[in-house]
Amino acid sequence: MEQTPIHPLADGAQGTLFRFATAGSVDDGKSTLVGRLLHDSKAILADQLDTVTRTSIERGFGGASGGIDFALLTDGLRAEREQGITIDVAYRYFATDRRSFILADCPGHVQYTRNMVTGATTADAVIMLIDGRKGVLEQTRRHLSVVKLLRVPHIVIAVNKIDLLDYDEAAFSSVAAAVRAVTDELALGAVHVIPVSALAGDNVVGRSANTPWYTGPSLLELLETLPGADEVDRAVEDFRLPVQLVVRPQGAVAVATDAAHAFRDYRAYAGQVASGSVRVGDAVTVTPGGASTVVTGIDFAGQDLDQAIAPQSVSLRLRDELDIARGAVIGAAGTLPAPVRDLTADLFWLDPQPLNPGARVLVKFGTSTVQALLSTVTGRLNLDTLSLETASSLDVNDIGQVTVHLAAALPVETYAENRRSGAFLVIHPQDGATLAAGIVTVAGVPA
Amino acid sequence: MNAQPDLTEAHHSGALASASINPSAHRLSQLDVLESEAIHIIREVVAELERPVLLFSGGKDSVVVLHLAAKAFWPGKVPFPLLHVDTGHNFPEVIAFRDETVERLGLRLEVARVQDYIDDGRLHERADGTRNPLQTLPLLDAIAAGRHDAVFGGARRDEDKARAKERILSLRDEFGQWDPRNQRPELWNLYNGRHTVGQHVRAFPISNWTELNVWRYIEREGIVLPPLYYAHEREVYRRDGMWRSVGPVSAPRGTETVEKRTVRYRTVGDMSCTGAVDSDAASVAAVVREITVSTITERGATRADDRISEAAMEDRKKDGYF
Repeated sequence: MEQTPIHPLADGAQGTLFRFATAGSVDDGKSTLVGRLLHDSKAILADQLDTVTRTSIERGFGGASGGIDFALLTDGLRAEREQGITIDVAYRYFATDRRSFILADCPGHVQYTRNMVTGATTADAVIMLIDGRKGVLEQTRRHLSVVKLLRVPHIVIAVNKIDLLDYDEAAFSSVAAAVRAVTDELALGAVHVIPVSALAGDNVVGRSANTPWYTGPSLLELLETLPGADEVDRAVEDFRLPVQLVVRPQGAVAVATDAAHAFRDYRAYAGQVASGSVRVGDAVTVTPGGASTVVTGIDFAGQDLDQAIAPQSVSLRLRDELDIARGAVIGAAGTLPAPVRDLTADLFWLDPQPLNPGARVLVKFGTSTVQALLSTVTGRLNLDTLSLETASSLDVNDIGQVTVHLAAALPVETYAENRRSGAFLVIHPQDGATLAAGIVTVAGVPA
Repeated sequence: MNAQPDLTEAHHSGALASASINPSAHRLSQLDVLESEAIHIIREVVAELERPVLLFSGGKDSVVVLHLAAKAFWPGKVPFPLLHVDTGHNFPEVIAFRDETVERLGLRLEVARVQDYIDDGRLHERADGTRNPLQTLPLLDAIAAGRHDAVFGGARRDEDKARAKERILSLRDEFGQWDPRNQRPELWNLYNGRHTVGQHVRAFPISNWTELNVWRYIEREGIVLPPLYYAHEREVYRRDGMWRSVGPVSAPRGTETVEKRTVRYRTVGDMSCTGAVDSDAASVAAVVREITVSTITERGATRADDRISEAAMEDRKKDGYF
């Protein structure tokens, strides 16, 4: 076992935050890999390790050799430990000197679509684990298809159990070639393929001497250096700020009384920059209404900023008094699309009750929640081929193509153009359950 | 930076905070990202729900959430009241801090007292004397009485394995119960706080923060905490591997001997089950240094109630605890 901690005192305080999800089945060694990353980056503290070691011994895991069942670190619920399964996405936190990480550990075998979607919508990268002895399985294809649809910026394939392949370069190369055949077919662009042994620690934290033929980075080195989704998207996506609420304190100011008068007429539009960036003096457009105005100030709790970038939460002051309420979208001038009431979307159906065409639901785009009619199901995606099959309803974990009619026009964009403006929730109008994750494929009535 | 008395006047320390926001670099630090995420969550809940309330104990995590709320609505006031579930086993300096904070910000504080429930027989004192598990009933009654449909809390996912699986917006039924097997998927930054009559939503804006993030943020923002978070001399005795404070509800038994030591608290809860750690960290910077080299989690070090079993927290949450 490689025991050397690389960054014993790291807290990544000066570094950025990087979110990644892990996918793969238990048999691929995912829990072991997660445990290895946490253990070797010193994210597991003594009392947690004691508890896990004690439980491991009670369960007969490892025994005298001192083996640890790393799955116990993330399987936090009573039912999970009793049944030896992972039920839900678990979030874990660790840091190196360069960066802090949020790891969404997504179980692969139960409700995999639901878990993958939950983990992948916020991920900067997805690590897909493959058992090097088994190669690319049907499930690998499915997971990769979900990752492709959700536009996760980086895909890392960890070819695990390289120790059981005797660190053989040819064996790794043949798995890597099979992986690349699939990712090419899915047009996934660049993927990183790394030979690892989660159990032995090869190429997880440090580079392994057992794989001299592999010249790329270790898994952790790669995670430390990949650009985050915000950095990637910011370069190509226009400025958008969905208005959460209007800050208009009138008399009820919190600042010292001698300064209170300065805020008597204060009015600003609070929200998180969803994409792009904005500067004081920039021309902007507001929907609904389509009015043009200019940003006169960017406030962050009393600080005057010159610029705000995604994903900062700020308040914008505008030159003109406009009728702006929650649900409005402020965007870079001339870039906001005309609001539409019809769209086509891919839905990741997550509810046990199937979707039948004609369902009346609520949809939430940004800060707008409106009624909607899911008029027709035009097909279900075959994840193995990424082709559309005939279907008239969607079951849980299906991904399907649906036409949606909105009760009010919204400035939606396709998910390919803008990940924030093109993503939405489907919500049950009575009990409020989240029924589906939606991504817009066509905004407006298709030509 | 200990000289920052007012949560809402964080702009006076703007020089410090703005140094970390450097848009030209086009990279936000992790604290900036976590702060913006938390403010986004707080604003969403306030915009979409009717009557939110913030659980405020005077502990560092709830102080940080209050600070974030003050920033979210600046220059307006924090638009919701605070709720403290008072076990009656409080550290007096924490109660003093709580009351000063409420006064300074001009907020309304609701207090639900475990002692009232014990006095009239609705709750019974436990054999082990700890009152943490007894907080659930007064909490649920206070939520119902205040008709609160959203309850902010300072819980973090890194505290506990059950919390690691809870959503940022967590739906609770009329008994306050958490159903870990039936949680809503949480997608992108789109939060769904819809609920039916009788249900409410618990909202955890700092879910993704670690203990170290919280301390780094306290340092950066100059947030004031109750003094017992910093090293001080205290009369203590050893029990279950922790230093317990000598007080009205916490007295040594048998062979336990009282000694004077320099300690601090990593968490602040019910005095009967919260332990102190040996420490000479008398400033925020010293605490940050101490945590970066600590080999024990904050709950492992200081919470007797979480040592009962591996699923202690999950069991309490299923019963309506925060």
